[in-house]
Amino acid sequence: MTTDTKVIAPPTERYTILGWLKRNLFGSIPDSILTIFAIWLTYAMLKPAFAWIFGEARWEVIPDNLKLFMVGRYPAEYLWRIWLVLYLLVALVGFVWGVWVKKKETTGYVLLGIPIFLALLPFSMQIRLQILLLDVIGYMLYMFGRGENPSYKRWAIIAMLAYFPIAIFIIHGFGETGIMAKVEPNLWGGLLLTILLALLGIIFSFPIGVALALGRQSKLPIVSWICIGSIELVRGVPLITILFMMDLMLPLFLPAEIRIESVIRALVGITFFSAAYMAENIRGGLQAIPNGQREAAHALGLSAFHTMAFIILPQALRAVIPILVSQFIGLLKDTTLVMILSLFDVLGIGKAVLGNPDYIGTTKEVYLFVAALFWVISYGMSYASQRLETALGVGER
Amino acid sequence: MGNNLFPGTCLRRGLSIPFWRDERVLRVLGQIIFLIVVVGFFYYIYNNMITALAAQGMTPSFAFLSNTAGFDIGEQLIEYVRSDSYGRAILVGLLNTVYVSIIGIFFSTIFGVILGVARLSKNFLVAKLSSIYLEILRNIPLLVLLVFWYGGVFISLPRVKESIVIGSVYLSNRGVAVPWGIPTETWSTYLVILGAGLVAAIIVAWRLKIVGERTGRPPLTILWVTLTFLGTGLLGWLVLPNPPLILDYPELSGLNFSGGHVFSPEFMALLSGLVIYTAAFIGEIVRAGIQSVSKGQTEAAKALGLTGFQTLRMVIFPQAMRVIVPPLTSQYLNLTKNSSLAVAIGYPDLFSVGGTAHNQSGRAVEVIALMMGIYLSTSLLTSLFMNWYNEKIKLVER
Repeated sequence: MTTDTKVIAPPTERYTILGWLKRNLFGSIPDSILTIFAIWLTYAMLKPAFAWIFGEARWEVIPDNLKLFMVGRYPAEYLWRIWLVLYLLVALVGFVWGVWVKKKETTGYVLLGIPIFLALLPFSMQIRLQILLLDVIGYMLYMFGRGENPSYKRWAIIAMLAYFPIAIFIIHGFGETGIMAKVEPNLWGGLLLTILLALLGIIFSFPIGVALALGRQSKLPIVSWICIGSIELVRGVPLITILFMMDLMLPLFLPAEIRIESVIRALVGITFFSAAYMAENIRGGLQAIPNGQREAAHALGLSAFHTMAFIILPQALRAVIPILVSQFIGLLKDTTLVMILSLFDVLGIGKAVLGNPDYIGTTKEVYLFVAALFWVISYGMSYASQRLETALGVGER
Repeated sequence: MGNNLFPGTCLRRGLSIPFWRDERVLRVLGQIIFLIVVVGFFYYIYNNMITALAAQGMTPSFAFLSNTAGFDIGEQLIEYVRSDSYGRAILVGLLNTVYVSIIGIFFSTIFGVILGVARLSKNFLVAKLSSIYLEILRNIPLLVLLVFWYGGVFISLPRVKESIVIGSVYLSNRGVAVPWGIPTETWSTYLVILGAGLVAAIIVAWRLKIVGERTGRPPLTILWVTLTFLGTGLLGWLVLPNPPLILDYPELSGLNFSGGHVFSPEFMALLSGLVIYTAAFIGEIVRAGIQSVSKGQTEAAKALGLTGFQTLRMVIFPQAMRVIVPPLTSQYLNLTKNSSLAVAIGYPDLFSVGGTAHNQSGRAVEVIALMMGIYLSTSLLTSLFMNWYNEKIKLVER
């Protein structure tokens, strides 16, 4: 075979640094100008920022008030209860991870890395050990959950359902004295309050949201009008007005004998707010169910109620689960508004700390810390839920 | 029974379904019961409220709106003094909300579009920077951002005497002073000229539409309309004997600024917080909209011989808009509703003024009802307008 094959040069520039630079940053003259402008902008913003973060900033305000930021005015002698709830949480996460996710080891190591990273931060030795204990417990339960036992799946589901009531019970306590003495919700604060408000808001608003979504889809005109009216009413006004209304008017609405704490009032407001958005999300799920499902159920002779309860709703709710995570993240951010009602969530605590004469002039430090806290939680959750969705195939069938 | 076309009736006489099993009757009955339960619940709540209010010696009424407010409002767009009525105070708050919302929507749209386009840029650095920005901002609560801007930035600026000067803009803890136009005696004539320009622009748009329909070539309507309007404005400016506006530069005098216009730190913090936050969401929407137009469309446009700009204007943009407009509407509404967070930093918006009015008058129920009614109607109006616009671009499309 004699052919003059022309040897084409391999596209080397694609694999060299210079080639990459040329392709991605300096492709044309406007592109180069844009790149230089972006570099200048980054430099101009990062230089003073770094100088401030590592130089002028007085970060000691954070460790000094860490307990306040985390749990607010929760009594120090009962702090172990919060730790217990955390230990139970990592045990649950480890177990569930072991039972279901088994093979996703890299993400698991990242999860294990979070407490180790936290333990490197300047806390007291005792707190560091407690944080590391989280890892130990989580890992032990992970190994335990990996065991091939078919009944583990059922236990994992039971544990997930039972965790939350138990956690609330441990945090709230009972009785007047003793190690489990009652801690009134008004003493809950900081990150604890923020997370609890968002979680309880989502949990309580779920059934209301389902009812409103079904009502909105109903063929009975009066039912659907009332549901549409209430959903649009709540969605049309800012959350703060709802919180304000609940704060001022809930005591008026209820009979005079019933007194409710301001935290509970805020929670009622958050629940109503969340329920309206939940209803819209669930409606999206309901509309995504093909009509054939309904027709098939009819053909099988199921009643309208049975069709809804056993065919439509389970599929709709499964499709909605991923959206619920993002709604939870949104709600978590929105709970900061309770600060305006002078509750002590993370932001409220931040404001209170700034009121302390010792910490005047640390506004940026405090608010940056609060912002970072929220960022880590919401970004981490949205990232984790995306990974889990792809891993478990939630929402796809 | 299988051939029965009319549910609820029976083919054979004498075997008709009793009314308590007739679906039509049941539906009506069910709805009546539902209505009774709902009305009863609200009546119970209302009754409790009236009793509780009566115990405080009050009956709900909006008559207090004409009483003297007796509190000051930091900034206002219309004349307001503390001896004015509650009604006027709330109007001042409402106007402030509208003001900051409109400006916020304007800037966040521009900024958001830039971010969304930058995220799709082929330039690695620009795309990365933009996506980092979006990821950071979308995961931080707006309220944290607002208190940070207010407490950490605008209030911590140097005092007036040491203010940071950029050109003729002064940044200080009393606000941001910028040069501002002051109307002269020809201003009213100039407004008439601008009005004429507007009319001319509308006529041009109308003519272009007719020409476009006749020739089948979509005209550059926005460009020509803008040119007509600006041209008339410029012509008017030159024709008038002395300019209708003269620029007034801010100057330091004693402990404050004189001249120019000073934006208060509260306003600046609220505006920048809202813009920076909403722009991140708009950026994502714009990116999703542009990405939703399939690559085949661009390629087909190229194959037809359209230039890059024509492709963008006539192929990509109209299709992207269909995806962008509905979520964009809800972002605009969110921005308007979020402006109520101004209360945390002391900008006198509707909610903040309403809160003060409630504190002063003790009229919780009425103030809340008024505020919710106003926010609700603003939301409904905006979504009506955007739905109209959405319908319109849909029609243009197909």
